[in-house]
Parts: sequence; structure tokens; C-alpha cells
Amino acid sequence: MSAPATPPAEGPTLAIRGLEVRFRTEEGEVTPVRGVDLDVYPGRVTALVGESGSGKSVTSLAVMGLLPRPAGRIAAGTVRYTGKDGATRDLAQLPPSALRGFRGREIAMIFQEPMTSLNPVLSVGEQIAEQVRLHLRLDAAAAWRRAEEMLGLVEIPDARRRARDYPHQMSGGMRQRVMIALAMSCTPRLLIADEPTTALDVTIQAQILALIDRLRREHGMGVLFITHNLGVVAEVADTVTVMYAGEVVESAGVRALFRQPRHPYTRALIDCLPARATRQADGQRLVRSIPGSVAGAASAPGCRFAPRCTFQDPACAAERPALVAVAPGQASRCLRDAVLA
Amino acid sequence: MSAPLISLAGLCKRFGAPPAVVHAVEDVSFDINPGEVLGLVGESGSGKSTIGRLILRALDPSEGQIRFEGRDIASISQRQMRPLRRRMQMVFQDPYASLNPRLRVRDIIGEALDAHNLARGPARAARIAELLDIVGLEAGHAHRFPHEFSGGQRQRIGIARALAVEPDLIIADEPVSALDVSVQAQVLNLLQDLRRRFGLSMLFISHDLDVIELMCDRIVVLYLGRVMEIGPAEAICQAPRHPYTQALLAAAPRPDPEAPRLRRLLTGDIPSPLAPPSGCVFRTRCPLATPACAEAIPALREAGPGHAFACIHAAAPQGSEG
Repeated sequence: MSAPATPPAEGPTLAIRGLEVRFRTEEGEVTPVRGVDLDVYPGRVTALVGESGSGKSVTSLAVMGLLPRPAGRIAAGTVRYTGKDGATRDLAQLPPSALRGFRGREIAMIFQEPMTSLNPVLSVGEQIAEQVRLHLRLDAAAAWRRAEEMLGLVEIPDARRRARDYPHQMSGGMRQRVMIALAMSCTPRLLIADEPTTALDVTIQAQILALIDRLRREHGMGVLFITHNLGVVAEVADTVTVMYAGEVVESAGVRALFRQPRHPYTRALIDCLPARATRQADGQRLVRSIPGSVAGAASAPGCRFAPRCTFQDPACAAERPALVAVAPGQASRCLRDAVLA
Repeated sequence: MSAPLISLAGLCKRFGAPPAVVHAVEDVSFDINPGEVLGLVGESGSGKSTIGRLILRALDPSEGQIRFEGRDIASISQRQMRPLRRRMQMVFQDPYASLNPRLRVRDIIGEALDAHNLARGPARAARIAELLDIVGLEAGHAHRFPHEFSGGQRQRIGIARALAVEPDLIIADEPVSALDVSVQAQVLNLLQDLRRRFGLSMLFISHDLDVIELMCDRIVVLYLGRVMEIGPAEAICQAPRHPYTQALLAAAPRPDPEAPRLRRLLTGDIPSPLAPPSGCVFRTRCPLATPACAEAIPALREAGPGHAFACIHAAAPQGSEG
């Protein structure tokens, strides 16, 4: 699963620029996501990484047009998607009815918990068949054959027989495969995977990651992979976008990100992995930690990571840094980058 | 070497009645020595949490012995168990579900003190302030409710509650799995610090091998309720002998995109504990399985000092990067 060395030949399937999402709450309007730039290329995986409250899932919901209404809305920015017909549209401007047509057929989504997106009273074959009848206009027999074929594609053993099973008759790993089969059934150009392996055991997780990797290569599908797990990022991603408190703080190719992380938050996040623990003189193995916890969607003028940052100086609290290129293919949002480089 | 604090011998736990019996824990034996951190690692259905609850006698074992300082507590009454409860405490995975949302922090910690008559009046308040300080919280936090804290702070409250009764053994069941990475590191460091400061023994339960390797002196690898491999943390992680341990290490995603990857993926799912395979329970997913594996349950074989594995095939030691 190593990253391809060649740059992408085609333009991005998904190009997000300056995305800002706002929510109305009882305490007034909050901005859980602001100024997000992000690209996903055909056949490539962009990982969107962050801890809770980073805005990574809200970003994906905004792309899909699934922000809770009427509280949530896209307040600024563009979400340009290049479809199967080669035309580029701004999903942020499309009416809900048009977006519904894209979901499933062009853009598919898989989640952490397959039971929330599978219908418990339909067999898994019927669910896939229903979707392809709707989007691909196949007749019932062809749709059922397609369902069996998709379950085989995701390596469900004895797929023709398992097509008649209901979700509760399957293990968690098998349900996740069914959800991927459902997502792949209309050969989407973009797959949004939101923590798809977080609830799975590691041996099953490895199977699912290998499956997603195979499907994106064989079908030239772009993948936006949302996760909090840096180990998973290192396994699947070509490029990585790191979010903190609603903002992109760094984006880079996966090797550069782990070899030379530029933003203090990315550095700290990698350093606090148990695998990076250092042995002390007394034999104890200490992990570096980041003091404090993730701030809420704060309205402070300065850098949102400054209160927890070991490199902060007074300017950081006063001025919001911009995301600027610091190396080819690498950008960081830090006023003190010149000191850190 | 001093006598073990906890000693399990042939421990079994089965749920249900024939024909539907769940074999949750089968013939598990190991010791926890004073001041030692022993890690239990395994995937869902491996029995790791059940073992923790059996030691606390929150569940009654079906067979086998649980010795606490040499005394078998596997079948003593709950009343006889009561004084021992003070010596064994639990830290839970979910810091949201394990704290009563209606109680202030001082009462959450105070309950533990009251249950064992440990401190009253001004001494009680002082002890609560001391415990909060030990876990890195402020005395002023005593008056707040759990919802006013972040996940990491709540886990600190759970740890303060466990420490209140000055236990010898902490059973920590996935104590950092629900926390963000940056907060996870704080809690892991706190637990290591407390262990050293108070000479605590710990049974540390986790599915995360990196966390287990960091925290533990010795590791027990479980699969479908049975011990696959047991040994010093370094031997288990650097030179695992059992094919399941090797597969588990190979499957764990490593935060290094340039690390060479040997991808011998395990196929299939973990079998149902209602009908575990005959012979070696791992044989249905094992790359080395032969017909002989179905015939008898493999005994633990010695691989080195304190290191043993349950496999009839002489799997060569495998380096972690191999």
C-alpha cells in the first residue's frame, strides 16, 4: 500500500476551497469548520486527520450535502466536484434535489457503524439490488445479479448464498464489507470513508483497508478517508490533511508528513504515539503528551493551537496565521514556521 | 522472587447452558507479581475483559482457581470478598458511562472512602483534595459535576476514585481507548507515574499492542478465551512465536509510511465462542494449520525464560519488522 511516486495525471475529482460551515445553536452561531482547502485525486487517497472537535466529519457531511437542517449550512467556499460526465460543478451551490442524485451514483459514503446505514428488515442482496435499480435503472433480475457480483467483489465468501442473509446474521467485518459493496454498486468516482475501521478488530481492519486499497486502484476511485488513527493514515494515504479545531493546520504527502511534519500540532500528534515513546534513564518509557485538551469552536483571533503549543509567542494569540506553502506539496498554518523549519 | 499477588490456575468461564454454551475463558493460568504490570491483549471475544471481572469476582468462575496472596478466592462468598474489594480496583474504558452524572466529584470519590470507612469529616475533604492533586486535577474541581470535564479529565477522576482506597491491584480495562491520542498520552504517563509512586500492580487490558508494549512488563495474548502466548513484553513484541501473535502484530497499522510491510493477512472472521474449533482454536485462520492441529489442544511450550506459546508447529521467532 505504498504511495505512488508519480504525480496525478488528471485534475482532482474533489477540490474544496475556503469551506466554512456554520451552525445555529442556542448560544448563537458557531463555526465548526472554516477556511478548509482539500483535494482528492482519481485513484488516490486523501486522509483527513484530526481529534474530536477538529471538524473532520462536519467537512465530509458538508461535501455530501448532509449537514443537519436547518441548523447547519455552508456559509462560504466552494466544493468543486468533477463527475462521470466530465463536467465540474460546485456542490455547495446545488439544490438538495440535485445533490440527492449525486449521492450513491457518483459519491458514496461509508461509516464507522454499518448498522446505521443498513436496513435491518431487508436482506443485504435486496438492499444492493434496490440501490442499483434506482440509480442504474436495471431490471429486477439484473439488479439481483449485480448485488451478488458486488458481494463477491468485496470478498464475502459464498456471496450468492450470503446475499439472502440479513445484516444481523453477519459479523461486524462482514457488515462493513456489505456497506462497501453497497457504496461500490454504482461505481462511484468518489468514496468518502468516515472512520470505516474504527469499530473493527485489527485483523479485520487490515482486511478492510486492503479491500479499499484494491478497489480504488482497480476502479480509479478517489477516496477521502477520515480517521483519527495515524497508523491507519500511514497505511492508506497518499496525501494527508490535518485539522485542528475546525481548521486545516497542515497538508502534505504522507511520507513528508511523517518524515518532516512542519506544524507544531502535527509534530506533537506524531510524538505522542505510544510507538514513539522514549526510554528514560530510569527505564521508564514516557510518551510525549500535548498539555490541555482541544478547544471548542473558539472565536479567539489568534492561532487555535497556540494555548497548547510549545513554540507559541505573543504574536500567535493576536494574529490568525494563513495556510502557506512551506515545501513542494506541503503547507502549514503557523506564524513561527521560519523558526521551526 | 516474592510470591505472586494474583495467581490464576485453570480458570474457566462459560455462559449459558447446553446446547448454547459460550466458552468465554478456557483454562487460563498466569500470575501477577507485586508491582508488576501484566497486559492482556486480544480481539473481541478473546475473554480479556471477562478475566478482569472474574478476578474481581464481579463474575463467578465456572472452574479453576483465583489466588489472591495465596488464598483461593474463586468460590468465597461475596461477604468474605468485601474486604478484598478494597485491595482491587477497576478503571473503566468509558469515562462518560462510568461516573454517576448526578454526583459531584467529591461525592464520586467520597463514596469509595465511605464504603470502606476510610476518612470522615475534615480528613475526608483533605483526602479528596489530595487524590485530585495526585491525578493532576485541582482541589476546586471537587465541587463540579462530571459533564463539566473533558474525556481525559474524567478518566483522571475515575483513576482518583480507584486510588482512594489505596489498592494493591488496579484492573484497567481499555482505559485510554475512548480518548483522543493527545490526551491518551497524558493518561498513560499518569498511570506509569502512579504505578511507580505507589508500587501498584496492574492488569492492563487493551486491544492496542503499542499501548500494551509501552505499559506492560509481561504480556498474555488471548484468542477465543485461551492463552496463545505469554512472556516478557519485549519477547512477545520483538520475537513472537505463536502464529496468532505474529499475525496480530503484522495487522496493527504502524505510523510509518516507509516501514516495509509484510502483508500476510489473516482471512476470515473470529469463530463464534458458541462453537470454538476443536484442537487449536486458532487453526481455522492459521497459515500454518495442518490436520494435526484439529486433534488436540496444544500445550504451552517454552520459548525462552518466562516465554511460552501454544502451538504444535515450531514457528521460528519472527522479528517485528519481518
